[in-house]
Amino acid sequence: MTKHTMSVLVENKPGVLARVAGLFSRRGFNIHSLAVGPTENPGVSRMTIVVAVDELPLEQVTKQLNKLINVIKIVELDPMVAVQRELLLVKVRADTTVRSEVLETVELFRAKVVDVSPEALTVEATGTDDKLSALLRMLEPFGIREMVQSGMVALGRGPRSITTGSSR
Amino acid sequence: MTTATPREMSRQMPNPTSPPKPAPPLGAPVRLTGAQALVRSLEALGCEAVFGIPGGTILPAYDPLLDSVRVRHVLVRHEQGAGHAATGYAQATGRVGVCMATSGPGATNLVTPLADAYMDSVPVVAITGQQTRALIGTDAFQEADITGITMPVTKHNMLVKDAAEIPRATAEAFHLAATGRPGPVLVDIPKDVLQDLMSFAWPPEMQLPGYRPITRPHGKQIREAARLIATSHRPVLYVGGGVIKARASRGLRELAELTGAPVVTTLMARGAFPDSHPQHVGMPGMHGTVAAVAAMQRSDLLVTLGARFDDRVTGQLSSFAPYAAVVHADIDPAEISKNRRADVPIVGDCAEVISELMTAVRAEFESARPDLAAWWQQLRYWQQTFPLGYDRPSDGMLSPQFAIERIGALVGPDAIYTAGVGQHQMWAAQFIRYERPRSWINSGGLGTMGFAVPAAMGAKLGRPDLPVWAIDGDGSFQMTNQELATCAVENIPIKVAVINNGSLGMVRQWQTLFYSQRYSQTDLGTHSRIPDFVKLAEALGCVGLRCEAEPDVDRVIEQAMEIDNRPVVIDFVVGKDAQVWPMVAAGTGNDHIMAARGIRPLFTEDEL
Repeated sequence: MTKHTMSVLVENKPGVLARVAGLFSRRGFNIHSLAVGPTENPGVSRMTIVVAVDELPLEQVTKQLNKLINVIKIVELDPMVAVQRELLLVKVRADTTVRSEVLETVELFRAKVVDVSPEALTVEATGTDDKLSALLRMLEPFGIREMVQSGMVALGRGPRSITTGSSR
Repeated sequence: MTTATPREMSRQMPNPTSPPKPAPPLGAPVRLTGAQALVRSLEALGCEAVFGIPGGTILPAYDPLLDSVRVRHVLVRHEQGAGHAATGYAQATGRVGVCMATSGPGATNLVTPLADAYMDSVPVVAITGQQTRALIGTDAFQEADITGITMPVTKHNMLVKDAAEIPRATAEAFHLAATGRPGPVLVDIPKDVLQDLMSFAWPPEMQLPGYRPITRPHGKQIREAARLIATSHRPVLYVGGGVIKARASRGLRELAELTGAPVVTTLMARGAFPDSHPQHVGMPGMHGTVAAVAAMQRSDLLVTLGARFDDRVTGQLSSFAPYAAVVHADIDPAEISKNRRADVPIVGDCAEVISELMTAVRAEFESARPDLAAWWQQLRYWQQTFPLGYDRPSDGMLSPQFAIERIGALVGPDAIYTAGVGQHQMWAAQFIRYERPRSWINSGGLGTMGFAVPAAMGAKLGRPDLPVWAIDGDGSFQMTNQELATCAVENIPIKVAVINNGSLGMVRQWQTLFYSQRYSQTDLGTHSRIPDFVKLAEALGCVGLRCEAEPDVDRVIEQAMEIDNRPVVIDFVVGKDAQVWPMVAAGTGNDHIMAARGIRPLFTEDEL
């Protein structure tokens, strides 16, 4: 099974997230990640949904999503021609003995320290799933106190917008 | 089309039986309560009947309903009855069926009929009261999150939080229910929203930017389908309920006669093509005719029109119609290639698909048309060797199939038949001859026992000109027969034939076949007259008749036919061992169809 990134424009109405989430669970599809937020149009929200399915079930997911009355448009974003980002906040144990090592790792990944205390640092990083996983692997030995990660958001590259691109 | 007005909508939904009443003259906005606006909206949308029960939160809506001359309210005895009645009304007339209930238990009692209407794509609008806005989410008295609960079983639903939105929400609900692939839509309205004042103007502007049903098929796909039809030697027109919904029966007949192909009509499509037509080879599926099942199994081309490759039709999917290319036309893109991959997918309304196919096929036939003589010889062989039939019960009791067959013969095709779910439903699908669409109304997808009586009530209300017979089982009948009181009080004179075999017959049949005759919990005791259906009928204000022997069958049916001022119930006391045949056992392939127990036609054949 391969991961597919779907960008879904939905009406900004109460209950739309429940409709989408309910549809996935009801039809037995697994959501890998989901991010929702406003768009340039206040009446429209944009969901970025990452699903791990084969080609045929993906077609069913898309068709079923399209049947939801509040779903306006669905575009599958090809990772080769899209910018994909996730946000990671991670609290790492970093007392004076290892702090410089931690900071070096943070540097390497072009991440940022956003909070500091005598025993720990909070690091903010954005990037693809791969990059964030690599960062976490490097930080793991120091001791991860807690972490939180957003779902992926993505935009197609180039001048065109989802409203002018072809829909599935 | 994103903002069609309801006026445009009614133009898209021509009424086959009686023209919709013209919209009332509507001038400048007037101040109304939300409840008055709801009733005015229903009137403007041409709603002539609402099935429902009042209660706390929907009470405001019932007050203006009392004054409405256009909308007749039918007070049912249970909300499930309201929902199935709305379905029966919609299936009989092609118009939107409407039901109404209060919040909490009233609304949750609608869940089964909504799920039923969803599975069978029936245009139903449910209007439910809801707790006042301030109390939503507080577990208030009779509060239920009915939009949350019905999300998976409705085409769409909405919670109206502003009285000003009521006309638009109602218009959108009717539009969504009736267009595209039809389905149920629920509108939940808090009590204080019904009480609020608002400014009413009609028509409202619908706002459905994400709703664009495709009705016009793609020309390239049509040409490709026509090319396949022109080169197929064993075609089958696989016809589903979508043909009835699209009012495409006449077109279907023309297409069938143009192509000369055999036609199979699914459980939801019985009547879409006349049973008497020589090209009709029967119903496919688990209890279909051998000829219909065999035709699909040996076909080289399934021309699928408004059907959805349901598991009860395909049997084991991997061995279904193994030699067939598939043309699949449906208004719902999600149905295409959902179960069986389509070689030629066609998204569109069946009426338009058929009309365009006609043109394309005629063009193809100009150069050459296939010779189907050998195919018909094979089909005729199956039909003649394995016709539908039944044995008289060995215990000497009345044969259920005989009783049902005689009802069909005496009442005739100009009637509406509804059914519950189980053996009697299959026999009614098999042994009554359907000649016109909307004459057979049953619960196909959800398989809802208790469907027959309330559906018949709704059908009779929508088509008072036709006799309406509910063919019911003694199990199904006991789930919803309280609606006979509604029929008696509201003067809706339906006929109910209770095929009383004393047990949950279909389950019992499976216990006979697959559970070593261990009859766990299938004896209903109805053969010991608990309840006594004749007395029950009388208690509910109906005429109760009983028939226990074959020589009496015609006389009792005729006696029922003569009664027109009251509902009639006939208790047909039949043998409990009768079984539904042919049968494809669940999970097996259609090649394993048994014409009768132990007889497997397609195993002994070697025709290919």
